[in-house]
Amino acid sequence: MPATQMLGGTRRLRDRLGDRLLFLLTLLAALVAVGLMVAIAYKVFRGASLSFSSFGLSFLTSSAWDVNKGVFGALPGLYGTAVTSLMALLIAGPLGIAIALFLSELAPRGVRGVVGPLVEMLAAIPSVVLGLWGILVLGPFVAAHIEPWLHRTFGFIPIFSGDPSSSGVFIAGLVLAIMIVPIVASICRELFLAVPRELEEGALALGATRWEMVRGVVLSSSRPGIAAALILGLGRALGEAIAVTQVIGAGWWIHRSLFDPGDTLASRIASQFQGAPTKLLTSSLFYLAAILLVIGLATNLIAQLIVRRFEFQRTGAD
Amino acid sequence: MVAVEHASSLRAGGRARRRQVVNRVAEGAALVAALSALVILAIVVLSVLKRGAGELSFGFLTQDLPLFGQPGGGIAPLIIGSAVIVAIATAIALPLGVLTALFLSEFASRRVAGPIQLTLDLMNGLPSIIIGVFVFGLLVNGRTQSGYAGGFALSVVMLPLVARSTQEVLRLVPAAQREGALALGASRWRTVVGVVLPSALGGILTGTVLAIARAVGETAPLLFVTSIYANNVQWDPSHALPNMPVQIFIWSESPTPEDHRRAWATALVLLAFVLVTSVLARAALARTRKKLGQT
Repeated sequence: MPATQMLGGTRRLRDRLGDRLLFLLTLLAALVAVGLMVAIAYKVFRGASLSFSSFGLSFLTSSAWDVNKGVFGALPGLYGTAVTSLMALLIAGPLGIAIALFLSELAPRGVRGVVGPLVEMLAAIPSVVLGLWGILVLGPFVAAHIEPWLHRTFGFIPIFSGDPSSSGVFIAGLVLAIMIVPIVASICRELFLAVPRELEEGALALGATRWEMVRGVVLSSSRPGIAAALILGLGRALGEAIAVTQVIGAGWWIHRSLFDPGDTLASRIASQFQGAPTKLLTSSLFYLAAILLVIGLATNLIAQLIVRRFEFQRTGAD
Repeated sequence: MVAVEHASSLRAGGRARRRQVVNRVAEGAALVAALSALVILAIVVLSVLKRGAGELSFGFLTQDLPLFGQPGGGIAPLIIGSAVIVAIATAIALPLGVLTALFLSEFASRRVAGPIQLTLDLMNGLPSIIIGVFVFGLLVNGRTQSGYAGGFALSVVMLPLVARSTQEVLRLVPAAQREGALALGASRWRTVVGVVLPSALGGILTGTVLAIARAVGETAPLLFVTSIYANNVQWDPSHALPNMPVQIFIWSESPTPEDHRRAWATALVLLAFVLVTSVLARAALARTRKKLGQT
């Protein structure tokens, strides 16, 4: 401390004040950020209180949605959310992982530098633009070519039994898949690139083919990270409102056929919130938002905890 | 690779052959996956380009919105409105995000930083429709829609992005610079303001540009807070401001082909802005990273 004491008194005072001020200012900002998150949860739950006191937890298992009778339930939205996002995950999961493998293991440097950013560009497309494309280009194409084929070939399976349609659950799943492919791909690529080179080379030196090396070394050592990437993608798909609203066709029911219209929690909020005629309807939409908030936070939390643990393990092992 | 294949095919046991075939199939599948992502990107971008470019003209970019059912019109109010809303969002999220990142990197202990970091990550993963519902409940319910509410909603989208990217750049500022300043007797705040922030500035700004590129296309946060607006150019954020994403959504839900054409053309303007800014910002960020990493 002698060096500081030699400095002029005013300077020392100013420095101490400055340090204090900077600390308080940054602390305040951090508290505001955390407070914001708390406020979001509070407002959403508060808005749902009227509906919660009317329907309680039976809201979760009811399929009603009648503004005149004043009865509402979340079940069709829960079903639609689960079906669309699982479908998206089933398509985007393998696809994203394969793209990540291509970028990290297979592609030469030059190709990597071009394809990687292009895949990330896919993530930058605003969801409303993707939805516009989904309803005006993808929907009609799928209804004319892909759904009839699925219906003819797999029509005995209930989910493909319906009549083709240019808007519905199936199209929503496809659009969501496109949205989450880049998420899964970019997280997995980082994971695969972090796999120690020696392990990969060791496997190759033992005579493994590239695929055997990938399966035995790259994939198996990144398993928790891949799970986290998939869960993050799932979380994104669960919560997407706009693109889904554009393509899903709206319908508060549980139909077995994927080609029929439906709704997710988010799409119902997006399509009915504006100018809702009764307080109970508004509150029920808040209730849907609260459910979505809980599901969204839970999926993200699980993914983050896996990531943190995994990172800790990896750095710990080094 | 070719040599290895050749050698193994000389030995040509059935098993070795099968392993080679499986390997080939797997490599082919990865290639096809990457190609399919590129094809989808190309189809989406070209669709927007093809359908949007025809409608695009000087008049379309500079005129007021068409009145209901009328032909013609333009999207000048949407461009201005989106710019004002995003400017408000940036004015909130940039200082808040940078200060939060400074707290995390300069002051917070591990135990304090962990939960705050987690909160930011969770905020980043929040379904954006929730932000719309939240801001409606906080600022719009019982009052009127406004550009301020829209700006605040987008700032919630931007905050975690700005904080995260700032943190990453701060981490890259060489410890030697920081320690040098401290060793010369500079106080903490002088070190931060005079040394750390200036060398991180470029990275912080490009991170912010990326956050803007993400926020400007967000529809769900604005859907209930600035979606009923006049058809002429508005600068005053105390009214609801016309904006690109919400109007594309409205036009895409309309049954008339005329509105669809307008939606495509607006989507083209929005997409061009988003893709160009995010590509440029990414390139700049990669350069900053390299530069900071080297010194």
